[in-house]
Amino acid sequence: MALSGLEIYKLLPKTNCRECGFSTCLAFAMQLAKKAVALDKCPFLTEESKKILEELNLPAIKLITIGKNDQRVQIGNENVLFRHEERFYNPPGIGIIINDDLAQTEVLNIIRKIKDLEFERIGQRLKIELLAIRNRSSEENFLKTIDLVVHNTSFALVLMCEEPRRVKKVLELYKDLRPLIYRITPDNFLQFSQLLKGDNVPVVVWSEDLEGISYLTQQLNRNQINELVLEVSNKSPAFALWQLTQIRRLSLKKKERSLGYPVLVLIENQDKDLSLLFTVSYIAKYAGIILLDTFSPEDIFGILTLRQNIYTDPQKPLQIEPKLYSIGSVNTYSPVLVTTNFSLTYYTVLGEVEASRVPSYILSVNTEGMSVLTAWAAEKFTPESIIEAIEKSELKKFVNHNRIIIPGYVAMMSGDLQEKSGWQVIVGPREAAGIPRFLRDL
Amino acid sequence: MIKEYIENWSGEVNTLVIGATPEEGGSRRFSVKIGGERTLPFLFKEALLPFKPVIAYEIWDIEPIDWATALSKYYGDVWGNTLEWADKLIREYKAELLCLKLAGAHPEIGKDLDEIVKLLEGLLKKVDIPLIIIGCGDVQRDNFILPLCSQILKNERCLIGEVNQDNYKTLTAAVLADGHSIIAQSPIDINIAKQLNILISDMGLPLERIVINPTVGALGYGLEYTYSIMERLRLAALNNDRVVASPFICFVGQESWRVKEATTPEKEFSRWGSEWRRGYLWELITAGALLQAGANILVMRHPKAIEKIKEYIDKLYEFKIN
Repeated sequence: MALSGLEIYKLLPKTNCRECGFSTCLAFAMQLAKKAVALDKCPFLTEESKKILEELNLPAIKLITIGKNDQRVQIGNENVLFRHEERFYNPPGIGIIINDDLAQTEVLNIIRKIKDLEFERIGQRLKIELLAIRNRSSEENFLKTIDLVVHNTSFALVLMCEEPRRVKKVLELYKDLRPLIYRITPDNFLQFSQLLKGDNVPVVVWSEDLEGISYLTQQLNRNQINELVLEVSNKSPAFALWQLTQIRRLSLKKKERSLGYPVLVLIENQDKDLSLLFTVSYIAKYAGIILLDTFSPEDIFGILTLRQNIYTDPQKPLQIEPKLYSIGSVNTYSPVLVTTNFSLTYYTVLGEVEASRVPSYILSVNTEGMSVLTAWAAEKFTPESIIEAIEKSELKKFVNHNRIIIPGYVAMMSGDLQEKSGWQVIVGPREAAGIPRFLRDL
Repeated sequence: MIKEYIENWSGEVNTLVIGATPEEGGSRRFSVKIGGERTLPFLFKEALLPFKPVIAYEIWDIEPIDWATALSKYYGDVWGNTLEWADKLIREYKAELLCLKLAGAHPEIGKDLDEIVKLLEGLLKKVDIPLIIIGCGDVQRDNFILPLCSQILKNERCLIGEVNQDNYKTLTAAVLADGHSIIAQSPIDINIAKQLNILISDMGLPLERIVINPTVGALGYGLEYTYSIMERLRLAALNNDRVVASPFICFVGQESWRVKEATTPEKEFSRWGSEWRRGYLWELITAGALLQAGANILVMRHPKAIEKIKEYIDKLYEFKIN
């Protein structure tokens, strides 16, 4: 757990020298506790205090970066066990496994299909981030497949090979891409810890139990191999959930450094639909990377949507800018649909308006990101807030009629709104799905 | 040495039974037990999780309106006749729990009271598994019809609903008299859920006979709100807040089949893939995620999704050690 300002203060020189820019050491300590200022602003810190403070300032779960530039994936650095306590920050990287014993045309075919796995939901682009190339045949094939993938995609890479010398060889070529190496086990760790020393690439560590994982990470740390991802086996899903929960609890609540890394789960060789359900449970419960052997669009669409849901900030619903949006080639006769500025509501309405092919205006009212009924109950979606939106957007300048359409769920405000606004209020359908027919019949 | 981090939860979820056997004064072949959890979902190594989550098949008293073709494929041949529909689910799809929604009672459809009475009497004879009965959603009509259902099903230990904060008295009184349990619905709101449980138990219905419907958002449509409300309620229960220690019922089928992603044909969004698999997965993933938040009863529609989610639950329970 993070130190309080007072605890930090005890470690400072307490001279109030103002070198740090704050009038007292206590003020500086308070800012340090909020992580609002860097530790090195204090020139008089003892080596010992510095070490303690740096150590305590480290995130409980290390942030690991895989890949380069725009395509990089960052995982770890989580603070809580339950999303309502704060939020989950770094969504698990989703990767698809390609075996190196496939023919070149087949690999290219898979790559083409994987590139199509892009979906848009509520204004966000959903896609997978990782490709995992698994060595199942010769070194030559492994290198060839990697080469093929590197030249045809820009996904971050996972290189799956447990033979240290082979990995070293691959790294000589692709180290700059910062691939994730899979994996160090109790059987190969001595060799790996010699060979990977100084390479600074992220690497997966697996052992049967937490004791074994903890032992390996400590040994590897001694060889300056610090960029680690732990692996939990999917053999028994309930045991995997237990290990994932233990790793999260121990790193957050007990500050167990040797387990303070993101966790990977590999899902394969099972019934496709059970695999999907296991993936669902690991997205909900703490996975940092999930590798799959499927690339069917329905499965990936569902998985990515769930990930988006679970990793949404619960304190801050996704919202859009409240204003007047024009959909299609609108003119002064186009209908005006009023809704909230909650992203989910807006994009659902947008989708249906587009489907209707009736050029329309959507007036998004500032409901602080609340949905229609919630906003109505909280008095954020009221005749007053709608009138404010009408005036602010200068709606009168865009249309030469005086009709607005409100969601069916707030039909009860129509009379009041009509009276107060002077606009003619038409009650629309309750569900967005009813919009296309409604607009066409208007 | 790594010492496992074990939480010593002080509370537990209430255990609730649906269905009464002849020895218990009813006519069900078996009963279904839910709840009793002493830790979070599937953490078998931590504490007791005595009963598996259960799946209820949703059926209607009328031919369903707007149900997807993906579903009619499986029982469209019988869904015009509720009794045959129920029978097929039990015989062919091994249903162990049925959730009958009295959709036809809605004033817009206006099914006769006599017909509903006849249907329930017929169902009692034809079907010998535990039952959940849901009203049509119109408050006035439900207040009239559900107490009657409660009476017809007296001593069968059904789960009947739903009641909400503004309308709970009539049904609570009926359920209390006839030996059933009740579904308390709250709009994704932890305080209202708690308040409603207090109101119901103040009328004399024991807390042990309440199931919470936290209101479900489907995958992509507010699932995360439901998820966190359930987690918070469950954590409160495990920390010994007796008032909210109720099992959860989640209407997964009704919500997931409503969304565009479940039914839009592939030809409209080719990137989304086949609508047959997509619809099935939408229900499956919604169900799977809610299990992680502590769902006890999932009310579902797609027979293959139900079969798969049961297999998944069994797989998790293979690990059960206590």
